[in-house]
Parts: sequence; C-alpha cells; structure tokens
Amino acid sequence: MEDLDEIVHEFLIESHENLDQLDSDLVALESTPGARELLGSVFRTIHTIKGTSGFLAFGSLEKVTHAGENLLVELRDGRRSMDQPTTDVLLEMVDSIRAILESIEADGTEGSVDVAPVVERIRAVLEARVDAPEAAVPAEEPAAEPEPVVETTAPEPAPVVEAAEPVLAAVAAEPEEAPAEPEPAAEAPAAPAPATPAVRKVVAKKPVVAKKPVVAKKPVVAKKPAVAAAASGATGRASAVATETATEQTRPADDGAPHPVLPDMTDVGRSDVVPSPHPPADTPEVAVPPAPVTAPAEAVAPPEVPSSDATTARSAADGSIRVDVDLLDALMRQVSELVLARNAISRLAEGGGDVDLARASQRLSLIASELQEGVMKTRMQPIEHVWSKVPRMVRDLAAACDRQVRLEMIGGDTELDRSLLEAIKDPLTHLIRNAVDHGIESPAARVAAGKPAQGLLSLRAYHAGGQVVVEITDDGKGVDPQAVASTAVRRGVRTTEQVANMAPAELLQLLFLPGFSTAEAVTNVSGRGVGMDVVRTKIESIGGTVDIDSTVGRGTTWRLRIPLTLAIMPAVTVECDSEIYAIPQVSLLELVALGDSTSDGAIEYVGSSPVYRLRGDLLPLVDLRELFGVPDRSEEGRTVIAVLQADTVRFGLVVDRVLNTEEIVVKPLSARLKAIGLYAGATLMGDGRVSLILDVQGLARRSMAADVGEHARALRSDEVLHDVQTVQTLVAGIGDGRRVAIPLSAVTRLEKLPAAVVEHVGSREVMQYRGQITPVARLDRMLGSLSDQRDELTVVMYTRNERSVAIVVDEIIDIVDDHASRHSELGDHGLVGSTVLKERVTELLDIRAAVAAADPSFFSDDIDELAAFGELVGV
Amino acid sequence: MSRQLATFVLDGARYGVDVVRVQEALRSHTRTPVPLAPAGISGLVNLRGEVVLSIDLRVRMGLPPLAAGAEPMMVVVQVDGEPISLLVDEVGDVIDVEETQFEAPPDTLAAELREVILGAYKLDGGLLLALDVERATAA
Repeated sequence: MEDLDEIVHEFLIESHENLDQLDSDLVALESTPGARELLGSVFRTIHTIKGTSGFLAFGSLEKVTHAGENLLVELRDGRRSMDQPTTDVLLEMVDSIRAILESIEADGTEGSVDVAPVVERIRAVLEARVDAPEAAVPAEEPAAEPEPVVETTAPEPAPVVEAAEPVLAAVAAEPEEAPAEPEPAAEAPAAPAPATPAVRKVVAKKPVVAKKPVVAKKPVVAKKPAVAAAASGATGRASAVATETATEQTRPADDGAPHPVLPDMTDVGRSDVVPSPHPPADTPEVAVPPAPVTAPAEAVAPPEVPSSDATTARSAADGSIRVDVDLLDALMRQVSELVLARNAISRLAEGGGDVDLARASQRLSLIASELQEGVMKTRMQPIEHVWSKVPRMVRDLAAACDRQVRLEMIGGDTELDRSLLEAIKDPLTHLIRNAVDHGIESPAARVAAGKPAQGLLSLRAYHAGGQVVVEITDDGKGVDPQAVASTAVRRGVRTTEQVANMAPAELLQLLFLPGFSTAEAVTNVSGRGVGMDVVRTKIESIGGTVDIDSTVGRGTTWRLRIPLTLAIMPAVTVECDSEIYAIPQVSLLELVALGDSTSDGAIEYVGSSPVYRLRGDLLPLVDLRELFGVPDRSEEGRTVIAVLQADTVRFGLVVDRVLNTEEIVVKPLSARLKAIGLYAGATLMGDGRVSLILDVQGLARRSMAADVGEHARALRSDEVLHDVQTVQTLVAGIGDGRRVAIPLSAVTRLEKLPAAVVEHVGSREVMQYRGQITPVARLDRMLGSLSDQRDELTVVMYTRNERSVAIVVDEIIDIVDDHASRHSELGDHGLVGSTVLKERVTELLDIRAAVAAADPSFFSDDIDELAAFGELVGV
Repeated sequence: MSRQLATFVLDGARYGVDVVRVQEALRSHTRTPVPLAPAGISGLVNLRGEVVLSIDLRVRMGLPPLAAGAEPMMVVVQVDGEPISLLVDEVGDVIDVEETQFEAPPDTLAAELREVILGAYKLDGGLLLALDVERATAA
C-alpha cells in the first residue's frame, strides 16, 4: 500500500502545519471573538482534517473533529460567541488531534488515544447553550461516558513545545522515499511545461472551482523539485505560478510536493479549493496523492465556505514553492565549495600577472558571490515561523502560572537562516517561559505595584549590523542584582568580596553561570535547575550572544544577537607562528599595528598582565603565542593587536601579522577538539590548507576569567569617550552620609582589603598592591568628613603607567550614569562641583587632586596627557 | 568465524583494523596543528574538502616518533560516523583472520599499548595486533 502510505504521510505533514496555525488562530480569536476570517480559517482546518480522516478511516480522529466542527459551525454562524470555556475545549480538541496524528505517524494506527472525554466536553459546551440545536450533537457519538473533568485539565506546557518535533522528524526522514515517488516529481524537472496541461485536465473536471474567489489569492507551490526551481530561477517560477493562478487549480500541484518545507500557513485557507468528489483514479497524472486528502472533505464543504473572506489568505506561501531541506543543504554545501574554489582561483590570478585570467577570475568571483547570496536567501525563513507557537504557549503558561499576559510580536518577518531558526527555538521558549513565570507578577501583585493587572510580554526582532536581534521584554518585576549577588554567594559561584566589587550589570551576567537559578520557588514551568547557562551555551554555539537588561520593578529585556547565517562568514585571517587562524569579523573591532616592541605606544604591563593603551584606555592583551605555548616572537618582529569584542569584554589579541579578510566556509570540528574551547570550527584556505577558526568568546573566557569585571569597566570607560554627555560614575560613601562621584574611567579596580595592609613611608600611608608600594588616599580625611574605623577598607584603585593610588572610601554605593547637564558648580576643596545622583546630592571628586595629594609625582611624567584626562573627569 | 583486517605497520609491529571500518588509506597530507590539543592529535587534514582529525598512533601508543624525513601514511577510519585519520608507518594488505587465532593481550604489554589493543591474532608470519579504534581515537 505504498500509495496510501504516501497519502497518509501528506495528510500528517499538512495537518501538523495546519494545527500550528490553528493554535495561533484560536488564541487570536479569543481576544477578537468577532474575527470572521479567523473563524473561517479554523473551521476549514478542522473540516479538512475531519473529511480526510473519514476517508482514511481514522474513526477517533473523525469523531473528535466532527464534534469540534459542530461547535465551530455555531461560532461561525454567530449563534455563539467565543469565550474562554469554548477556547479551552477547542484547544483541547487540537491537542487530542495532535496526539492521534502522532500515533498515526508512529505506527500507522490511531493508537489508544481516548477521544470520548474531549467529545463529551465539547458537547457539554455546546449544550450549555439552551437552544442548541439537536443536530449539533454528533450522531455517531458513543454512549456518553461521564469523565471527571479533572482528568484532562489544561495540558502541561511541555508537550506544546515539543509538538512540532514529529513534523520535522518526518521531513527529515523522508528523503529516502522521495525518489520512489513516481509521476510528478520525475516529470517536473525535465519539463515544467508538461505539468500545466495535466493540471488543466484536472481543472476541467472541476468547474466548481471557478466560483471560489479565495483561490485566486493563492497561486502557490508548483510541484517542482527544488533543483529546477533554484536553478531555473525567477522566470521558471513565475511562469509556473502564472499558469497555476490562471487555472486556479493549485491543489494537486501543491499537495504533490514531496517535502513540504516552507511553513505553509495558507494550507488552512487553501484546502477548500478542490471540491473534488473524484476518486484519485480520475486524475492520475498529478493528483494522485493529493486528491484523496481533500476530496471527501470538500465534497461537503463548498456551500458552507464563506466566500467573502478573501482576506483570510495569508501571504506567506504566495508565489513560493516547497523545497526539500536536504536539497537546500546540499546546495549550500556546494556553494560553499564553490566559494573555496573561487578563493583559490583568485589567489592564482593575483599572482600570475595574466590579465585574462584575472578578468575571468573577477567575473567568477562576482557570480559566485551572487550565487552564494541567492542560495543563502533560499534558506532564510521569517522568524514568525518559530513565533507562531508562542501565542498558544503564552496563553497556556499564563493560565498555569495564574498570570494575565498580553503578547505583542513585532518584526515577525525578520528572516534568519533556517538552521539558526531551529537553534533559537529552545532558548526562545526558555526565555518566554521565564518571562511569564518569573518576570511578570501575579495580577494582584501588579495592581499593588501600581501597574495594570495585565502584563505585557513583547517579542521583537530586527536586523542590526549584520545580525538579527531578538528581544524578549516583559514589564514585570525585573531582576534584582542584589538578589542575584546573594544567590551567587550562596551557591558558591562567587565570593562576597567579588560580588561587592561588581556593578549591577555585571551581577546580572552571573545569571548565565551554570547551575544558577534565582527562582525562589521551583515551579513546573521553569526553574528546574537548567538555567540561562543553557540558553547562553546554545546561542553561543551558533555564534550569537545573549544579554540581559533589567530594571527592578519595571521589567526585563533579554536580547539575543544572532548571525544571519552559519555556513559562510566574513573573517580576518591572521598568522601566528606560521600557522593561519581565522577570526570572525563580527567579533573584530579594529586592528592596531605595533612597531618595534621597544618603541613608544607599545605593550605595557600591569603586574604581569600585558595591556595596551588604546586611546587612553587600558586594553587587556592576550598573546596568541603565549596562549598556544609556542616560542616568543623575535624581539624585532612587528606585531598586530586585533581588538576583539566578546560579550561585554573587550580585549586585544596579539598576533604576528594580519593576512586578509575573506569569506570563509565554516567546517564542523571534530567533537574531540571541542573540549579545548578555543576553536569555533575549521575552514579551508585558498591553497587547500586547513585553518582553525578562533572562538573569541572562548579565548576571552580562557584568558580572562578572573578579571572580567575589570575589563567590563575598562570597556565602559571607553564608552565615555564616545558620549561625553553621560559619564558612568562610581558613587561612593565617605561617611557623614556624604557621597562622592568618581568617574568610572578613572577606576581600574575595586578591592576590599583588611585595614592592616596599610603601612607607612614617613608620614604617608602606603600599601603593597600587586607587588608595588602604592600610596593610599583616604577620601574621608581629605574631604573632611568623619567615618568610622573599620577592619576592612574599601579601596578604589586608580592605575596609570604601572603606578597606582589606592583611594579609600567608606562604601561603594552604585555605578550610575551621570549627566553633565545636571552638574552644579557648587563645590569645595578637592571637588570639581556637585550633582544629583540617585536622588542625593553627590560631590564630584577632583580625582587628580586626590591622587596628587597621595602621590605628588603621579602626574609628573605625562603632562601632555593632563588635558585629555581633564576631559575624562569632566572639568 | 573469519574476519578481514586491514593491516598496517607501526615501529616494526603489525596492527589490524576491521576492514569495514576503513574508509581509505592514502599518502599523508599537510597537517594543520591544533594548539593545546591533547597529545596524540597530530592536526587537521583536508580530505577532499572535508576537515578530518588526524591522530598519531605512535604518540598514542607511547612509541618513539618516526624517523625524521620518513613520511607516514594515513589510514582513514570511521568512528561514530566521523572519519578520523590514523598516522601509521606503512599500509599493509587486507588479511583474513580466524577467531580461533585470537588471544587477549599478554599482561606484560606496556600500559599505553594495552590501552588501545584488543588482542593479538597468532598468524604464521608473526603476530597481528588488533587495534581498538574507539580507544585509539578517544580524545
């Protein structure tokens, strides 16, 4: 029964797609009960499934869809309006349909899914309306078995998320069968034209079709193998679409497509276009697989289909074809190889001095680039594809967690490579769950906090700088950095001293550490120990990043940055110890060439750590040679610093030289090398050599785990340069309730040290810090306030040119943005003015005076830089 | 029960790998070293557009390195669906062996060697050591 299997298979794929749409439609319907086109769409989906299941003799499926259809008829005819019990029961119906479909997929039978309770409940909802027509009760319904309602309460969220898996599995599993499929597949690639007559023949037998205005909107999906489509390009496709539109016969062509890849939202709408009572035998050429799928259903349907709802047509599949994913992947691989070959030819052409070869090579280069772009585009899908499941998920989650949530989705048409789309599905689900469960408060709590009872969860996707940014924002309670800090200490991932020295933004980063969950109560929705580290790992594995932005009481934004595609990426190739390494361009900020390492502007050392002064800021350096344990480069050698950005950390990678920027094809790396954590993959160079792609995040993590906070601060101070209006400022208490603001750019490190470290040189207080005698400046004494004697000193380290001054304060209060416009001239000795920060008058420290008081010779060696420094502190 | 083993030579001794595991045997390619990789990983090679990990069996088995100037051969085997290249001194014939000829490795075997050897086939022309491909290629 090969044919029947094929039919069942088509039915399964189509139904899964339709059900996903159905979930969204039903939830949307709940908020806009009157939307007739949505109702029409829902109705047709159920109707199609019912009809087909009857034809394929799936009794339970038919039973449950029939019951649901009865309910939907009432809704559609306006005899009943959509309310929550109705939605509940309809969603429940969808779930049982899914369960049955899964069972059919697994073993070809309906399995043991018991539909009676659902049917019973649908009937209960129906009968709740007193004047419900008798006819609405399914005739073939079995003797009513009163089931306790409890038994089938709202489904747990987990299955909802997994629901799509079988579809994908089915698609993936299919290729083997594909060649076996006889007629249409074999015919179309050779000659797209012959297909049209065949289609026409079918149409001729179904004059009814012409009456359906809906159809015209959905030309769609020529049954054409992908190769033909991709290769023959726009013309071929356009003509196919044209013919099909003209004949308005889309169904057979569409359904015959062996591997439905594109998310085809319009199936719902389209299923009503073939009111064909003809058995498959009548239309052997094209319609064999499809006709049975829809025919029985449509035989009944036409009179009921509202013809006015042309708007139902969703545009997603208009003018598109379905293409086998494997085929696309193969195409992508071949293009990758082509790009490599192109790179090799380019190299040859450059060296040869042959003008003709160079010209041919340029042409090849251009064509290859265009082809690459084109193929990459075919793999792009709107993020909507993943989002379509979100409304249902949020609804169920909200119900399970007792939340009121309004969902907003913006930028669903933002496109991403399909493999990346797959990869962000789970992280996205996780973040959404987290937002509903932990972010948005219960309605009561929200009202108490002066917010509307209904929380807002918004998903936003947009392109930015060659990446796709996906934001998940809630207006809930936000994440309290202090709670994160105390959890971090409790879990032992950070010490009290460490968290005390961390800025709020850094504290939030702790959320991404393995085994970190701040949820006070473990719920069945989230907080099961698998935390944000999983999200981060997953996102980073596809070359993306994730960060969090949160304000207590006002909400949280999770931001995912994802590359557009994985397979090919622009990279810079660098050389180290005569091996070539590739650095992804997205991570590269700039390149700095260093002269002889003895000259000015060279690498300096803070303790034993090499740093470089980049426009006045210290840039921590990682020497690739040192990291790889290869011999140091000879003294005279010129080196290059590649300034790299990893998460919030900026650092410089010292390499021997920079070779080129080129498009590289990412080849997966053996799992045996992943544990090293420094390589994101491998690539082939133009000459066929293998080169490793450096994992910038991994490099940063390996080299700088200890001092991330310091670098983050260095990074922030860099931003000061770009935006003079707001300066990040460290607010510190100095006793007597007084607060001083210290520009963060002047701060290299915060330390808590025992009071006993202070020693004396003459009358000066000093301490030993990182092997150096460091003068101590006590701000409280300097500024004439009185602070308690403490056993522990809070020290703000100020370091330049390997000289440091330890500035002692009472406590670190916060790091805030200081707007220069709010400054007041009002100051005093040792101050440059005052301002209001965190609703308190805060004194602006004249840090130069403070430092000079402790170490009068501190600035003597770089007078020319004083001006620049003055700019930093805002004088 | 007879099996076919693809054989190769390492430091004068003969070793064998089940022939179905072997994808191909070829002259050695340029290898790109992988800094900080575990010992025994000799680098990555470009095998017709595929990046393949190469493992130096001499290092794995605690044998002295190949004489300078001598070019090793590559035996590409499939491990968990991934091709991995094994560096050997020479590639030999495919030999039929009987299970009756098999014996577990002697206790006196060096630890590194015992780690990667399943046992020995006692053949007329000498011993043929059966390589445990999984162990030999484990990271």
